[in-house]
Amino acid sequence: METTKIDYTPRDFKSDQQVRWCPGCGDYALVNSLQKVMAELGVSPHDTAVISGIGCSSRLPYYISSYGFHTIHGRGAAVASGVKVANPALTVWQITGDGDCLAIGGNHFIHSIRRNVDINILLFNNQIYGLTKGQYSPTTLKGRITKSSPYGTIEEPFRPAELTFGARGNFFGRLLDVDLKNAQQVMLAAAKHKGASVIECLVNCVIFNHGAHDALGDKATRPDKTIFLEHGKPMIFGVNNDKGLILENGRLKAVKIGENGVSENDILIHDAETPNPTLHWELAMMQGPDMPIALGIIRDVPAETYNDAMDAQIAAVKAKSKIKCFDDLVDSLEQWEI
Amino acid sequence: MENIQVKELDNVVVLFAGDSGDGMQLTGTLFSNISAVIGNEISTFPDYPSEIRAPQGTLGGVSGFQVHIGSSKVYTPGDEVDIFVAMNPAALKVNIKKVKKGGAIIFDVDSFQKTDLTKANFITDDPFTELAVSDTITLIPAQLTTLTQQSLDGFGLDGKDVLRSKNMFALGLVCWLFNRPMDKAEHFIENKFKKKPTVQQANIKVMNDGFNYGNNLHLTIPTYTIERSGDTKPGRYTSISGNKATSYGLIAAAEKAGLPLFLGSYPITPASDIMEDLALRRDLGVKVMQCEDEIAGIATAIGASFAGNLAATNTSGPGLALKSEAIGLAVMAELPLVIIDVMRGGPSTGMPTKTEQTDLLQALHGRNGESPVVVIAPSTPDDCFHYTYMASKIALEYMTPVIVLSDAFIGNGTSLWRLPKLADLPEIKPNYVPADFENYNATSRNEETKVRYWSFPGTEGFEYRNGGLEKDYYKGSISTDPKNHQKMVDTRAAKVQNVQRDIPDLEIFGDENADLLVVGWGSTKGHLMGTVSNMLKKGKKVAMTHFNYINPLPKNTAEVLGKFKNIVVCELNSGQFASHLRAQIPGVNILQYNKVQGQPFTVTELEEQLNKFES
Repeated sequence: METTKIDYTPRDFKSDQQVRWCPGCGDYALVNSLQKVMAELGVSPHDTAVISGIGCSSRLPYYISSYGFHTIHGRGAAVASGVKVANPALTVWQITGDGDCLAIGGNHFIHSIRRNVDINILLFNNQIYGLTKGQYSPTTLKGRITKSSPYGTIEEPFRPAELTFGARGNFFGRLLDVDLKNAQQVMLAAAKHKGASVIECLVNCVIFNHGAHDALGDKATRPDKTIFLEHGKPMIFGVNNDKGLILENGRLKAVKIGENGVSENDILIHDAETPNPTLHWELAMMQGPDMPIALGIIRDVPAETYNDAMDAQIAAVKAKSKIKCFDDLVDSLEQWEI
Repeated sequence: MENIQVKELDNVVVLFAGDSGDGMQLTGTLFSNISAVIGNEISTFPDYPSEIRAPQGTLGGVSGFQVHIGSSKVYTPGDEVDIFVAMNPAALKVNIKKVKKGGAIIFDVDSFQKTDLTKANFITDDPFTELAVSDTITLIPAQLTTLTQQSLDGFGLDGKDVLRSKNMFALGLVCWLFNRPMDKAEHFIENKFKKKPTVQQANIKVMNDGFNYGNNLHLTIPTYTIERSGDTKPGRYTSISGNKATSYGLIAAAEKAGLPLFLGSYPITPASDIMEDLALRRDLGVKVMQCEDEIAGIATAIGASFAGNLAATNTSGPGLALKSEAIGLAVMAELPLVIIDVMRGGPSTGMPTKTEQTDLLQALHGRNGESPVVVIAPSTPDDCFHYTYMASKIALEYMTPVIVLSDAFIGNGTSLWRLPKLADLPEIKPNYVPADFENYNATSRNEETKVRYWSFPGTEGFEYRNGGLEKDYYKGSISTDPKNHQKMVDTRAAKVQNVQRDIPDLEIFGDENADLLVVGWGSTKGHLMGTVSNMLKKGKKVAMTHFNYINPLPKNTAEVLGKFKNIVVCELNSGQFASHLRAQIPGVNILQYNKVQGQPFTVTELEEQLNKFES
């Protein structure tokens, strides 16, 4: 059968609902980026499902003109897994925040990754509870003063990348809300990756945690503070593209090309597709002031998905079994005539 | 002493009990199947400890399997035991009170040695005297261990495997006692051990030797026959547990509705069999996800329902508590969902392998907000099939979660099941959105039935956004409008109430002119029917009605209850259904008989109690 490829535009994915986040919220940029990515991906709105939990970011499904489901706090990953396994033909996006995903939903998050269900998890990390008005979250930096930590938090935060790798994840990307073009590139790669893809979206909450990612958000300083990683490309960054990453004594080090005998040939080439997560881990954990924050596609390793494995097993068992329907099943039981 | 007497019995109760490693569940199952094949009515009750292997020979490790077989209608696994097979002193001690006066105990002499007696906390060498066993009970000592070892001498099995076969010797002996045909017994063992030919042959040999032992020894008791039952409707039958029947109900409903079947689950006693049975059915395309927790079990099922499958989740009481919030989501999102709760003793972890009806109010009310769901309770192992099928049908046709309240008693127990054909089952018509429907949204519904129209991903032109927030009745968008909320609350309630149109009326059994009406629900039906039958036979004036549809109640509930002066609700909790009836049917005088001991009712106790109400 000949299928006509439809060229979608972002408008095809915009719902009639008025977007109701706070003015200046980073989520606006992300919903726009997502609609652009959906159009580029070319999957129809009716074959797209957007699933969320509870929190500011979890309102997102209302703004996408596809099948959407705004579920309950923390359970988005489990609901999204059910959607994908029930109908593997769908493209499934899960929208979640740092509280929804890493506090109440932590268990579903790690197990969805471990199973490798083919869902795209957009984790909006603003390091704060927004919708409940300003309590600290599992990613809030230690010592931060919030509504529920008036004297500063006394807990270490999670790093989403570590949880992803710890759960044996095969895709991890990171993007910045205001960095539109790169954000879309990461989202597109996540959608194309078969399996659970985790994208940590660094999002600014203008009300409760304004400026958490300021150093990164500022266009002037961003090239020095971040590095955008792409598979097969050298790990070069900086305003003048003159900085890079090398391995020294087994550890990553930021260097300046042309100084201390470092040439461009010494700079590491990013291998996102190696199954060994050691360097991905190091890259994802980099933070200032000496090291840039890694953005882009940090890990992208092909692996069998849960939903494919389920379908393959069903096909294999079906091929061998004589039981094709309920009546066959009943006939197969030990039985007798009375 | 020569004794060739053969007695004909109407019914008999046999209990096999031993250590949890002694294979008593298998022995009991085989004996009940053999009896069923030759046309007896059967009802069984496995009673096993929650420990997988408690210390060998101790009271905590006793595992029992009770079988009631009859030549006429058998309602329960039986209160009192006629023939008790005791594999060790611990089994004897735990079960001795169940043995009827005039009954018999077959016991393994080899396992009644000093050390065995000590493990079971006997002080003397004579457990029977110590337990004051009535002298009306015939004791039949047999060297089951030694005889099994002799039987398998030279078979090439190791000592452990030989010992594990002694249950088959006991089975053979009991088969002799009840004149069971050995070819049928062999057939079951052949099937059971198809993949282990040595074990298969060993078991067949031991069983036959057990049979011949009885035959040659002419023990000092008569043998018995139980004629085939005339009460059984002709047809093809199997013996089925409630949990298996539940799984099959889901499979049948999915095929009838033309939908894929999805189960989201998490292991929990006594409900895990359902997940295991369905996991076997990859050949029918059944998708079972064993999840990380109970919440994910239901959340994946809700996702699958949103995506257009017949979706279910199975659990027991503590798991139902964990699923509460998600059930509320399914209520709010108006999605079809079947939730199976195989109830066990509670609260908290309670008594995981024991039976109770204590989750009723949790099922009816255990959620935040006004959150009505349909609640259905099967009453026998085999009708778990019918009621799970109906639960699926109602879920799909009314776009609502339906809770099925089974329990450990019927979930693990078995009864005869008349095999159905899919074609004979009622049609299932999910409430799909009509193809020409315009401006579809999350709250578009059939205005007459109040049932929301179902569209799911993959369907072009009917994309919509669902969720747990309150929605505008007309637009389907988020709304906190006060009057709209009232309208939505009323609509969801009306929809569930409308299910009443499709459920059968209550029936009255017994004397319609009696003053006393005995009321039960769910798995107590057999015991109540048995009791009321006995009372009627004795000339008592009594009637009975039994509920399988708990919410909504059948249409004629008030009418039926209104006919009687004294209504006694009997249930295995402290009065939960009685409270429900008082709230739903005001103005009737409802009395209670309750028991919360982790065990089913006995006919004897019910008869004694109900006689007090019958004037």
